[in-house]
Amino acid sequence: MTDPTRMSAAALAEALTGGELSSVEATTAHLDRIAAVDGALHAFLHVSGEKALATAREVDTRRAAGEELHPLAGVPIAVKDVVVTRGMPTTAGSRILEGWIPPYDATLVERLKAAGLPILGKTNMDEFAMGSSTEHSAYGNTHNPWDLDRIPGGSGGGSAAAVGGFEAPLAIGTDTGGSIRQPAAVTGTVGVKPTYGGVSRYGLIALASSLDQAGPVTRTVLDSALLHEVIGGHDPHDSTSLDEPLPDLVGAARRGMTGDLTGVRVGVVTELNGEGYQQGVRARFDEALTLLQKAGAEIVEVSCPNFQYALAAYYLILPSEASSNLAKFDGMRFGLRVEPSDGPVTAERVMSATRGAGFGDEVKRRIILGTYALSAGYYDAYYGSAQKVRTLIQRDFAAAFAQADVLVSPTAPTTAFRLGEKLDDPMAMYLNDVATIPANLAGIPGMSLPSGLSDDGLPVGFQILAPARADDRLYRVGAALESLLEAQWGGPLLDRAPELPTTEGSAR
Amino acid sequence: MSTLSRDEVARVAALARIDLSPDELTRLAGELDVIVHSVARVQEVAGPEVPATSHPLPLTNVFREDVVEPTLDVDEVMAAAPDADSGRFSVPQILGEE
Amino acid sequence: MSNHEPATLVDYDEAVRRYDPVIGIEVHVELGTASKMFDGAPTEFGAAPNTQVTPTSLGLPGALPALNRTAVESAIKIGLALHCEIAEVCRFARKNYFYPDVPKNFQTSQYDEPIAFDGHLDVELDDGTVVRVEIERAHMEEDAGKNTHVGGATGRIHGADHSLVDYNRAGIPLVEIVTRPITGVGDRAPEVARAYVQTLRDIFRALEVSEARMERGNVRADVNVSLRPTPQSPLGTRTETKNVNSFRSVERAVRYEISRQAAVLDEGRTVTQETRHWHEDTSITTAGRVKSDAEDYRYFPEPDLLPVAPSREWVEELRAGLPEVPSVRRRRLQAAWGYADAEMRDVVNAGAVELIETTIAAGASPAAARKWWMGELARTANTEGLELTELAVTPTQIGELQGLVDSGRLNDKLARQVLAGVLAGEGSPAEVVAARGLEIVSDDGPLLEAIDAALAAQPDVVAKVRGGNLGPVGAIIGSVMKATRGQADAGRVRELVLERIGQE
Repeated sequence: MTDPTRMSAAALAEALTGGELSSVEATTAHLDRIAAVDGALHAFLHVSGEKALATAREVDTRRAAGEELHPLAGVPIAVKDVVVTRGMPTTAGSRILEGWIPPYDATLVERLKAAGLPILGKTNMDEFAMGSSTEHSAYGNTHNPWDLDRIPGGSGGGSAAAVGGFEAPLAIGTDTGGSIRQPAAVTGTVGVKPTYGGVSRYGLIALASSLDQAGPVTRTVLDSALLHEVIGGHDPHDSTSLDEPLPDLVGAARRGMTGDLTGVRVGVVTELNGEGYQQGVRARFDEALTLLQKAGAEIVEVSCPNFQYALAAYYLILPSEASSNLAKFDGMRFGLRVEPSDGPVTAERVMSATRGAGFGDEVKRRIILGTYALSAGYYDAYYGSAQKVRTLIQRDFAAAFAQADVLVSPTAPTTAFRLGEKLDDPMAMYLNDVATIPANLAGIPGMSLPSGLSDDGLPVGFQILAPARADDRLYRVGAALESLLEAQWGGPLLDRAPELPTTEGSAR
Repeated sequence: MSTLSRDEVARVAALARIDLSPDELTRLAGELDVIVHSVARVQEVAGPEVPATSHPLPLTNVFREDVVEPTLDVDEVMAAAPDADSGRFSVPQILGEE
Repeated sequence: MSNHEPATLVDYDEAVRRYDPVIGIEVHVELGTASKMFDGAPTEFGAAPNTQVTPTSLGLPGALPALNRTAVESAIKIGLALHCEIAEVCRFARKNYFYPDVPKNFQTSQYDEPIAFDGHLDVELDDGTVVRVEIERAHMEEDAGKNTHVGGATGRIHGADHSLVDYNRAGIPLVEIVTRPITGVGDRAPEVARAYVQTLRDIFRALEVSEARMERGNVRADVNVSLRPTPQSPLGTRTETKNVNSFRSVERAVRYEISRQAAVLDEGRTVTQETRHWHEDTSITTAGRVKSDAEDYRYFPEPDLLPVAPSREWVEELRAGLPEVPSVRRRRLQAAWGYADAEMRDVVNAGAVELIETTIAAGASPAAARKWWMGELARTANTEGLELTELAVTPTQIGELQGLVDSGRLNDKLARQVLAGVLAGEGSPAEVVAARGLEIVSDDGPLLEAIDAALAAQPDVVAKVRGGNLGPVGAIIGSVMKATRGQADAGRVRELVLERIGQE
């Protein structure tokens, strides 16, 4: 039979319910794969083999007893380390949380557990999700499965590399300015940022409260829909959670897989294409548009003139909110505590010493930027103005969605860059998120799926955006494009990824 | 337009309770000055006629009923604390107001 | 640091003769909700440390706030009782500052958009003078945890080796009520301050939004005081004395600050704008530490909470349900009960209005009800350091007890013994009477035996009484009462003794 690590989550789920495969077998296969290739990828910060197998055994027992289980029960999953897991280390990629064992589960983790998904472990990320390359992790780089010398994207590089490297069929990511979609683009995987409020934020270590959203990281559009339905829906512990049922996401994906998009209006955002976008990225984007058109979609050009201010607004709102959200990391109640090297040991000085030693460069940069933007006398000029830009961007989207059912663009301007290439130039790093940021500012859903390889042989991502609460449109259009592309390629894009070097030994 | 001097960065770092080495201070001042100038672009279009958006989706009146929920296990919480003493967090001496 | 404390204070009367005091008061009230402001942690007083916390009240990474509907309702009720406008839309903000008792290192509080604003409260002083206090705003916020300082000689912050932090109180809902400057009250400023806080306390209780127990810190006042040469002068520099937690202390703190600031001004210096601490033990204020960044709280709208937009229907529904204003109700009850002004004031100050009301409803006369609660029960409460409401006896039981006295089944002395039994947890008054056998002996048989024995033992007294001198009869009654351990009705004993001697 097929190697379980090469199967989609939907296929695994079918094999599990059909009794062709046990969850213990599926989970073991993934743990063995992690043991073999994570030395090269470093996608995981923590592997929880025993716990995952315990869940797998329980699912197998219950299934054998004839219990009605969630369709994904027994399908293993990896969780980004920014998500709080009870009894399992959670660091958010930061030294300041080294060794912290949370006493509670995030709502989405409760839902994964209730549905019976074995949690393989916690994936690497830029510290506190600040970054686009996972190079800002305090625990070392994650490598891109397509080329180990390149970045896997960020901040959720670990989840994307784990899924792209066949270490897990499913993973959880979080997206504040593109941290699900940009890693998906550069690793040839699928990633979805749901509508703001679509998935509970309770238990996600907050970066920017008004921008953060958790979502699925998978290898197929249908798998994302399946996972999205597990973790999504109202949660009273998150006041910004939408108190309404999710649209039929799996149904939309299945409908899309027929490849028919008759009557769907697809808007191409002028401002998210062209200058600054790599040649190969633009070529794959244009080819995808042609496919959509052949499938019956109507392509229209839309303009969003205020998008040029999105990056600036984002780099004010995010640091401002982050400076406040990250104030709790002070060495008093949990995590690292560092005493000053000289002088009196007071609470105030211990807080400063702990934060000075526990935070990395990018985190310090953004906290100081945010503290400055909020400090007396600057609020109106910076945070206040940025929130006005947010209004303008929402208006641009509203106008665009009056002309189109979905909007599309390349997910990122370039393919994966080399590790270290942009580390010393924060502004260059920030520009990676130029196409993904507007969706976060407006709270609308977005998806990235692979649209081929660029001239450099590396994956290119295709981004689809939909109006708030219309996440189903992403799945319909995404699944349609995926099936048309795969028909052209003769199989999934990831089949063309190079074999990873393996090491013997156990990561369990 | 303001410039972000080394002194200003030092003031803000103190406000944010982050110890910085002299080298870090110098480097951050340079980087932040570039970033602040770049993000100040938002002021170009943020006229008085544009309302601010604080939440991406405009909800109001989201309430929780006044019902007690399970509390955390105090031993589990204290086990994760840097220092604790009989169910309370132990913190260094506090200077300042009571 | 203002280290220029005046050498001697100016006599209060002298100070208010030469300066015009202006005061302002910020009162924090802890709402009596079952759960906290932003999470489901319970709010029981006195629980073991850090047992009343969820990830949210502990500020753990990932935790989020969810607003308590009842707390919002209580805040609106307070606003309405203070004749405030209720905001159409208001928001929470984050007040950012690092302090170990603030778990998130920011306090979630309303900043520039309070839920209630522009109101007033009429405050009645002891002599019946009514002063109108203008209310600037009432807003919602959360309480902080509690630090206990360990290792220092005094237990206060300075000199402590370390502190122990308990977050049970963190996140308890607070409403902060801020007055506009109170001017034109002259030498009565301290009295107005006290009466204002007391009136608010009564309102909190009447609204049933808080137990409003001062000794538990449910109600805490910060008092602002400034002086100016004349009522026409611009406002002077003010000081803010924090956490004054009893009515008496509010009055004293204002008095002290007036005398102290007068002395500073008399020395030709200026008052420093600062936060001051109130010392309950010595009744003085001292300067707090000046924090360099204290003013830069970097407020911004709380992104994890949504705006509160109370519908006008909701507000009107709450307005319609408001109870009678305590001062109006008090006048009505005083008239009905026939208490003198001073008597009513004592009852109010003791927090006994509701207790007496229920006792009367249970059948006692207003006079008897007052006698119990302001006499025996007040003494017991005082001895044990409890509030009247904390005593292990209900007003209904006091009504029952008084019923036994009124029907002649108990005399006063026995009734006090029955009460002791009730307080000791032995049951209802009837149960205690039965169990302890305390009822007045009304069967004359055993009584006559005791009388005969007493008469036989004191023949000289009997002779005198027979001779017409009734004075010494008390000695016989006394020995009968003693023999019956006080359970006889003294009036009946006297009747029987005189009958036996032949002197009715």
